Amino acid sequence: MSGLVLIVGRDLRLALRQSADAWLAVLFFVLTGALFPFGIGPEPSLLKLIAPGVIWVVALLAVLLSLERLFLADYEDGSLEQLLLSPLPLELAILGKVLAHWLTTGLPLIAAAPLLAVLFNMDMAGLGVLLLAMLLGTPILSLIGAIGAALTLGARRGGVLIPLLVLPLYIPALIFGVGATDAALAGLSARPDLMLLAALLLVMLVITPLAGAAALRQALE
Amino acid sequence: MHRFANPARFTRIADRVLPFVAVAALASLGIGFYLALFVAPGDYQQGESVRIMYVHVPSAWMAMFIYVAIAVASAVALVWRHPLADLAAKASAPIGAGFAFLTLATGSLWGRPMWGTWWEWDGRLTSMLILFFLYLGHIALMHAFEDQQRGYRAAAVLALVGVINIPIIKFSVDWWSTLHQPASVLRLDGPTIHASMLWPLLITALGFKLYYLVLVLLRIKSELIAARLRALDLAKLSAT
Repeated sequence: MSGLVLIVGRDLRLALRQSADAWLAVLFFVLTGALFPFGIGPEPSLLKLIAPGVIWVVALLAVLLSLERLFLADYEDGSLEQLLLSPLPLELAILGKVLAHWLTTGLPLIAAAPLLAVLFNMDMAGLGVLLLAMLLGTPILSLIGAIGAALTLGARRGGVLIPLLVLPLYIPALIFGVGATDAALAGLSARPDLMLLAALLLVMLVITPLAGAAALRQALE
Repeated sequence: MHRFANPARFTRIADRVLPFVAVAALASLGIGFYLALFVAPGDYQQGESVRIMYVHVPSAWMAMFIYVAIAVASAVALVWRHPLADLAAKASAPIGAGFAFLTLATGSLWGRPMWGTWWEWDGRLTSMLILFFLYLGHIALMHAFEDQQRGYRAAAVLALVGVINIPIIKFSVDWWSTLHQPASVLRLDGPTIHASMLWPLLITALGFKLYYLVLVLLRIKSELIAARLRALDLAKLSAT
C-alpha cells in the first residue's frame, strides 16, 4: 500500500513541476467547447440542449490528449523496468499511475466543467448531476485509456493509435454520463444512469490492472 | 491440442480438409442463394427487398462470431503461447472486419426503402459500427510493431478487453436508442420467422461460416509459407 502512495506522490510531484501539462488539458477542454457555438450558431436554446453532450465529448478528447504520456516517459527512461522488478505488484503500480493521471487530468476537467456549462447556458439545476457523473465517469476514461497507453508502448505512431483503440470503448461511459445529466435536466431520476456508471467504474477497476499489467509485461519483455 | 501446434502437421491436415470445405461452402452458398432469391416468398410489407436479409443477417452473425473466435484464439495464444493461435487471430481479423462492413452496407441499403434513410442511429446498427471500429483497432495494433511477436501479444490483450466490453457496449447502445426489429431467430420461445424464410437463412448462414473456414485456412497457410520464405532468405543472407 505504501508503494502505491509513493507512486501516486511521485507522479503528482512530476506533474506539479510541469504544471503546464494539466493546464493544457483544461485549456483544450474549454477552447474546444467554445468552438461549438461558432460551428452551429449562437442560438441559446440549441446550445442549452446540446450542453451535456458537448461537455462530455470534449472532456473525453481532453483525456485522450494526455494518455500517451501516461507510461511513455517511464518507458523511455527505464523506470518502468524498475517498477516491474520492484516487489510491488505491477497491477497495483498501474492503479497508482492511473490515480495520479486522474488527479492531474480528470479532476481539473471537472473543476472547469461549470465554466463550459455557463458558456452553453445550461440549466444550473443539472450542474450537480453533471459534476457527479463526471466524478464517476472520468476515472473510467483514465482506466480504459491506461490499457490503450500500455498496449501501444513502443509502437510506430503510438499516439495516433491510442484514439483508435480507446474511443470505441469509451462509448458506454459517454452514453451513461450524458444520460444522467439529460435525465436530471428533464426532471427525471438520474439514479439509474449514475448506478450504471458506478458499475462500469468497478468493472474497469478490475480489468485495467490485469490487462494493463499483461500489456506492460509484453512491452518490457 | 498441442499435437496440432506443429505447422507442418497443420498444413498437411489443412490441405486434406480444404477441398471438402471449399466444395461444401460453394454448395451451401449456391443452394442458399437460390432458395433465398427464387424460392423464398417476399415479405407482405417489405416486398422483394426483404431478400437483403439473406446476406445481411448471416454477415452480422459472422461479424460477431469471428470476434469471439479471435478472442478465444487470443486467450489460447496468451496462455499456451500457441503460434498457430496467433496466426488464426491475425488471419481472422480482416475477414471479420469485411463481414462487419458488409452488414453495415447491406443494412444501409435495406434501411433506405424501409426506414426511409441510409443511416439511422439505431442501437443494433450502431453497435455493429462500433464492432467494425474494434476490428480496425485490432488490425492496426497487430501491424504497429517492428517485432511481429509484440503485435500478436498486444492485439491479443486488446481482443480480450474488447470481448469483455462488447456486451457492455451493446447493452448501453440498446439502452440509448433502438428502432431495429428485435431478434427473431435466436429466441427462447422459438423463432418468430416463418420456415420458408428460416431455412434459406440458415443455409446461407452455414455457407458463410464454411466460406470463413476456407479463407482462414488459406490465410494461415500463406502466413506459414511467408514465414518459411523469410527464414530461407535469412539463411541465404547469413550463408553469404
